[in-house]
Amino acid sequence: MDDYRLITTSSPHIHSGESVSRIMFNVAIALLLPTFAGIYYFGFRALALVIITSLSAILTEAVFQKLRNKPITIMDGSALVTGMLLALNLPPGLPYWMAVVGAVAAIALGKQIYGGLGSNPFNPALIGRVFLMISFTTPMTTWINPVDGTTGATPLSLMKMQGITTDYAKLFFGNVGGSLGETCALLIIIGGMYLIFKGYVDWKIPASYLGTVAILSVILGQDPIFHLLSGGLMLGAFFMATDMVTTPLSGPGKLIFGIGAGLLTVIIRFYGGYPEGVSFSILLMNAFTPLINRFTVPKIYGEVKAK
Amino acid sequence: MIKTFKGGIHPPYNKDLTKNKPIEKAVLPKKVTIPMGMHIGAPCEPIVKVGDLVKKGQKVGEAKAFVSAPVHASVSGKVVAVEPRPWPGGGLMMSVVIESDGKDELFEGVVPSKPIEQLTPDEIKNLIREAGITGLGGAGFPTQVKLSVPPEKNVDTIIVNAAECEPYITADHRLLLERPEDVIFGLEAIMKATGVKKSFIGIEDNKPDAIDSINKVIAGKKDIEVVVLATKYPQGGEKQLIKAVTGREVPSGGLPMDVGVIVNNAGTCAAIANALKTGMPLIERITTVTGSGVKEPKNLLIRIGTPLIDIIEQCGGFKGTPGKVLMGGPMMGLAQSELDVPAIKGTSGILVLEKSDVKLFEPSPCIRCARCVDACPINLLPTNLAKFTERGMWAEAENYHALDCIECGCCSYVCPAHIPLTQHIRVAKSHIIELRKKNK
Repeated sequence: MDDYRLITTSSPHIHSGESVSRIMFNVAIALLLPTFAGIYYFGFRALALVIITSLSAILTEAVFQKLRNKPITIMDGSALVTGMLLALNLPPGLPYWMAVVGAVAAIALGKQIYGGLGSNPFNPALIGRVFLMISFTTPMTTWINPVDGTTGATPLSLMKMQGITTDYAKLFFGNVGGSLGETCALLIIIGGMYLIFKGYVDWKIPASYLGTVAILSVILGQDPIFHLLSGGLMLGAFFMATDMVTTPLSGPGKLIFGIGAGLLTVIIRFYGGYPEGVSFSILLMNAFTPLINRFTVPKIYGEVKAK
Repeated sequence: MIKTFKGGIHPPYNKDLTKNKPIEKAVLPKKVTIPMGMHIGAPCEPIVKVGDLVKKGQKVGEAKAFVSAPVHASVSGKVVAVEPRPWPGGGLMMSVVIESDGKDELFEGVVPSKPIEQLTPDEIKNLIREAGITGLGGAGFPTQVKLSVPPEKNVDTIIVNAAECEPYITADHRLLLERPEDVIFGLEAIMKATGVKKSFIGIEDNKPDAIDSINKVIAGKKDIEVVVLATKYPQGGEKQLIKAVTGREVPSGGLPMDVGVIVNNAGTCAAIANALKTGMPLIERITTVTGSGVKEPKNLLIRIGTPLIDIIEQCGGFKGTPGKVLMGGPMMGLAQSELDVPAIKGTSGILVLEKSDVKLFEPSPCIRCARCVDACPINLLPTNLAKFTERGMWAEAENYHALDCIECGCCSYVCPAHIPLTQHIRVAKSHIIELRKKNK
């Protein structure tokens, strides 16, 4: 008999082949669509911002893991996704060094400080964005119009401050002022559908989030289609409110998360000081996620009431 | 309509390796090792000693407790050892080792029972017990215990588990094709023993030929019906099967009979038929020898107690270097470290994975993707349970129903972070059970 040593491990002995890096790279592929829209409308600066934030995020992750004496896991793709998402949430005219600051804040304060991947309560890209919002308010709210590069206002502030509406087609194709990856609803929806189809995003969050905003807009006498297509709602609903780490586990939990985010977005947009409220809404709901998880533990097979 | 349950996974089934291979009789083993505890419950006590001559079908281990099943010699020959030996369940188990004399002589006590029409329910149950019949699906619960329904339980349904959802394994599939009348004979004996008037045979829809084969035998019988099940793992899990067939849920911590159901494996039914028709106790079974690491995959009719290595050698031996040898399928099978351990009553398959097919992974942090939550057929939160185990939070694990885990392995299978979730939950279960014993 040949010499061999049998491997003994606990069952199961086969695996689906799914991996964290495959999930992350699929999200990155889907994010390329809104990235292309950004480059198309805002030109070279958009491309440069995406590359800068991605590299800064990856480098920050590596440095912090080195400092914490942890294995360096930048190849899992999660820092890349955070970097790309951050760029898509920035005004195209933002100075590059500020984008670097945002990426460092996203990874350091949004993720590594909590223990790294899987331990962060808040969406790291949104932490980076809000950090920049508070630190550099003017550059973070200076918007440029696509193609001609002149400064202007976003459709949401035009609506809020001057009551001017923007037509649907412009909003749908993204030919409006805004963050570089949030304007083109069409490509965001295609990217989001790709992730839903591949099973990397649960439809429940975007559906309940968008649905809540639409219904509340109707009830409060505003144009629901305008509110769905403008601002960061589409990008947020498909790509940020669906971050696995910071959203609830169970189906009902996800629906509650989406409804809550929709409610907060409408409150901020209609009654708050800011024209847009997607980032804050998602971050606030991130904070509620542990609580939602606690109250939406699924009923198990054959559950009997405890005496 | 095709029936199923919530959750589960679709692993590659790999049944094509053996599903068209007729059951082949294995050669008579030179030596058999009969463990005294191949079943759930109290192990038997050996009733033979070294030097005794025994014959095929002769009892060598007596079951004293109620939840137990006797064991029998599977060959004729001489008892050469009565001592603890390694067995596939892990560790050592008191065993009777018999050296075959090559004559395969039948024990005088092995005689057919009276025709089933003349047997009383208690006589049938007694015959089943004396034949040492246990569930052949894998867990090995003594069948007669299952059939002994206390009068306060209203059992109205028998289900034959012929789902065979474990990848690779085709033993039941071949049985349904080649001996469908035995399965039905055994089922009718169970119905008579329990007085139950309605029964279902659950078969996954990836075995249409088996469904036809059974349907032919039950044509005209109003009390037996085939239920076509979706091909999904773990469709053959007892709780999942009951839910799919009857819509009922076994209460947490309860038994199928609490919802009026008794489930028996198709192989168990055939073993009952064999015991009643010929008097032969459970000394052989069909096992699927398969996988990338075996030269000629086969469905073999083997004697209980045959060393695994002998069985593998009858299938042409290893192909390449073996990485893992499993007793059972890839989802719930037990990895073996040595191959002179015997095949037992619950050995539905022997799966040899070639070394390059054995992948070991380093786990990475959980990203809370909830794939495990979606896959769990019990609706548990495997990721939370695993965290409780990592932190030793046994009370929390118990609150989150760790004890309801059926260890099907779906959560580990789907986890993109390669966290051994099933193993973590097993650890939690054993701690919880230990703590419960202590606090009594």
